[in-house]
Amino acid sequence: MAPSKYAGVALACAGVFAGVAHAGGDAARGGLLYSARCGGCHSIEENGAGPRHLGLIGRRAGSQPEYDYSSALQASRIVWTRKTLNEWLANPNELVPANKMVVQLANDARDRADLIEYLSVATRESDR
Amino acid sequence: MSETTLISRRSLITRAGQLSLSAGALALLAGNESLAGKHASAGGNDVAILNVALGLEHEAIAAYQIGAESGLLQKPVLDVAVLFQGQHKGHRDALVATIEKLGGKPVMAMTTDEYTKSAKLKVSSIKSQADVLMLAQRLELGAVNAYLGVIPAFGDRELAKVAGRLAADETMHYTALTQAMGAALPSAALSYGA
Repeated sequence: MAPSKYAGVALACAGVFAGVAHAGGDAARGGLLYSARCGGCHSIEENGAGPRHLGLIGRRAGSQPEYDYSSALQASRIVWTRKTLNEWLANPNELVPANKMVVQLANDARDRADLIEYLSVATRESDR
Repeated sequence: MSETTLISRRSLITRAGQLSLSAGALALLAGNESLAGKHASAGGNDVAILNVALGLEHEAIAAYQIGAESGLLQKPVLDVAVLFQGQHKGHRDALVATIEKLGGKPVMAMTTDEYTKSAKLKVSSIKSQADVLMLAQRLELGAVNAYLGVIPAFGDRELAKVAGRLAADETMHYTALTQAMGAALPSAALSYGA
């Protein structure tokens, strides 16, 4: 990834996540990836084309009442953990056929690890 | 402006095994009504997804409007913002026409106040021309990656081609904004998508 490409969000993310890099992933890099690859449809705070991610970890998939999920995701019984998020990001429709999100933008395992590390920190409701 | 740009911004969300924008809807948006006629199955799902795209176009138009009215943009950059907003209005109009043609009801734009308060747009943090450009650049990059990300989901190679062309158009927007910011272009190869 070219650092200059993501300069716009780099300052904000770096400020929050500076030094937060774990064996499982780099949250700062994950924040840049989130903005670039997920930000078109998602945000942490608000529902948009995709559902908001606040409180994601530990939540049952398709259970946020304010968002119109596919029936497939609602019926999936998936709970969002690092493991299920990794499977989802690798190929959402392999994990849950007939869900709304078919975008594949995290084929690389390191990218997924970084995204998940970012999400595990940025979506904590207790930090709000 | 090419009519292949008529769907824009993160609109190609699909259901597995069932393209969210059916071949018929995509053909309409690509300005090929004869092709659209061959795919007469465009239904409620297409309308729902087109409305998602329309909502995003409303958002983009609002973002550029807020930027243009901020008083922060200098003349050459303001021209670019107005140009891009005009293109998004073209996207909006085409989407509205397509949704209505499919028997759907186009979603309305939110109020300016709602967009201004949107956590996604973060308007309150905009203090300079660079901030305005950064917002637009972020939105365009999201669109680039959304289109690239959806390409593998298409079973129809023609639809994949349309998505690729849309991604190229959004990449042009992103590049122009990056140049306007005086920022460096990506140094690595294969820096978009994944």
